[in-house]
Amino acid sequence: MADITWPWQYNFPPFFTIQQHSETRAKQLEAWQQLISEYLKATKQSTIDIRETQNSVLFNNAEINRKLSQEAILTILEDMAKTGRAAPMDKSRNVWEVYWHSLDEWGNLVYNWACNNGMNNSVCTLFELREGENTVDQEFHGLDMSVLLKALKNLELKGKCELMEFDDSQGVKFF
Amino acid sequence: MDRFEYIEARLFEGENYLKRDRNVKIYDGDDKTQFTDGEVVLTTHRILWGKPGDIPKGLVVLSLHLYYVFCIEEESGGVFGLGGPKRILLHLGPALPGKRPGPAVASPFHFVKFSFKDGIDQIFYKALTDAVTAKAWERSTSIASPISAASPNATPKPSVTPVNSKIRSGIVGIERSIEEQHRATDQSISVAFQDLRKLMEKAKDMVAISKNISTKIRDKQGDISEDDTVRFKAYLMSLGIDDPVTRDAFRSDSDYYLGLAQQISDMMIAVLMDCGGIMSLADVWCRVNRARGLELISPEDLLNACKLLQTIGAPMSLRKFPSGACVLQLNSHQDEEVARTTSEMIEENGYLTPVKLSQIANVSVLLARERLFTTERLGMACRDESIEGLAFYPNLFLREA
Repeated sequence: MADITWPWQYNFPPFFTIQQHSETRAKQLEAWQQLISEYLKATKQSTIDIRETQNSVLFNNAEINRKLSQEAILTILEDMAKTGRAAPMDKSRNVWEVYWHSLDEWGNLVYNWACNNGMNNSVCTLFELREGENTVDQEFHGLDMSVLLKALKNLELKGKCELMEFDDSQGVKFF
Repeated sequence: MDRFEYIEARLFEGENYLKRDRNVKIYDGDDKTQFTDGEVVLTTHRILWGKPGDIPKGLVVLSLHLYYVFCIEEESGGVFGLGGPKRILLHLGPALPGKRPGPAVASPFHFVKFSFKDGIDQIFYKALTDAVTAKAWERSTSIASPISAASPNATPKPSVTPVNSKIRSGIVGIERSIEEQHRATDQSISVAFQDLRKLMEKAKDMVAISKNISTKIRDKQGDISEDDTVRFKAYLMSLGIDDPVTRDAFRSDSDYYLGLAQQISDMMIAVLMDCGGIMSLADVWCRVNRARGLELISPEDLLNACKLLQTIGAPMSLRKFPSGACVLQLNSHQDEEVARTTSEMIEENGYLTPVKLSQIANVSVLLARERLFTTERLGMACRDESIEGLAFYPNLFLREA
């Protein structure tokens, strides 16, 4: 469905078993993380529900009849969380948010865009950022709301913007 | 209830009054009986029960001999056990033949209860347990002539002995006879073992003598005819005493194991080379014992001997894999070497399962598995666990990167 170029590992059966040898394992996890990020980016998704992964093309290569088990996915996501590229959404660690850019990076992307378009000291709604015509060619166009919000909050902490609430939508003012 | 007898309320000779209590009801097991609101008199030999006033008058009352009692319990009255114990439960032995007629001929229960309306008098209870343990009736030689409890001067009536001499022993008698039987068995067993011990003592001498004789025979081969030698050997064989070279021949276990280790090392070296330098201990054991033919060794002995292989400088050693599998491995057969050849084999075949490798490399599946694990541990293969089983692939992760 998504036109992404599968890496060679995707057709390599051992890729679907978490490796025991530590060095090999590190390489494998790295490859998986890259693949997951790319896949989500291509499909414009930012959450993974582990319970619903078993049929996803990403974790299930029907051609070689290999499937990445749920435990293995959890292992990979936990590893991603260590580098800030994923975060669990619930306590049972079933739903995960995956950032193909880190939150910092997202924040910077948005801020740079705002600066480049002379949006400093002006307010725009989050809807504008996600769906507006001005951002069509930006990476954060269509970004998951919660991810965007987190990125902006991160930015707020740095004093580069301020989030504000309107009646039924949220806006942001860049400094 | 069938242990009770009807008897006149008189004390036997040697029997003493202990205690009395009132408002007592008798239960046959769990069932109520007609014997309610009576008076109980405890003596050193019996428990008497009668309607109030009957006992002092010496009338016919119920009597339970204490030798039937082998266990006494207190039982709480009421559903919730409130108000303290109200009943005494007496577990009784079987009724003896020759006893006087009682209120019941047979009873399904082996216990009776005395229910005290006013609760159990602890003094009574204590006196009862004491009387049962004291077994006063055993001490008295005769309990045949009862004297009246009410009027000690009344002429003793001739009365049938409640139990004849054999039965008099009662439960105790039965216990004694059992004890006697035990003693007899004990004795016969110890006698039997005495014989055995003597035989064992003699066995050493026998072995020494037989060895002595056999060496003499060997020395004087000419003097004794071939026939005699053969016959003598046959005798020895039939005794089960040959000239065995076993662990007995060594002063200590470690000597024995050292010798065994040397032997294993000598005979296994060629075999190991044939089998790719490594063999599971179970296979080694089979090989060694097949080679020995007789005088087989136990797996434990083999293991102990193999542990000493390094100390005697053998070209092989015992190796325990992380999985717990024990193998005998040639020293030249190192992990790196194994991993290298195994990874080459994987390369040739694309991927390998333990079964496939065992066929190719001519080793057992267990060892093939260990070899693959070893290869994996060294980062030269990577695993693929799927519903099809465990397989190993060349480690492209490390190579491609």
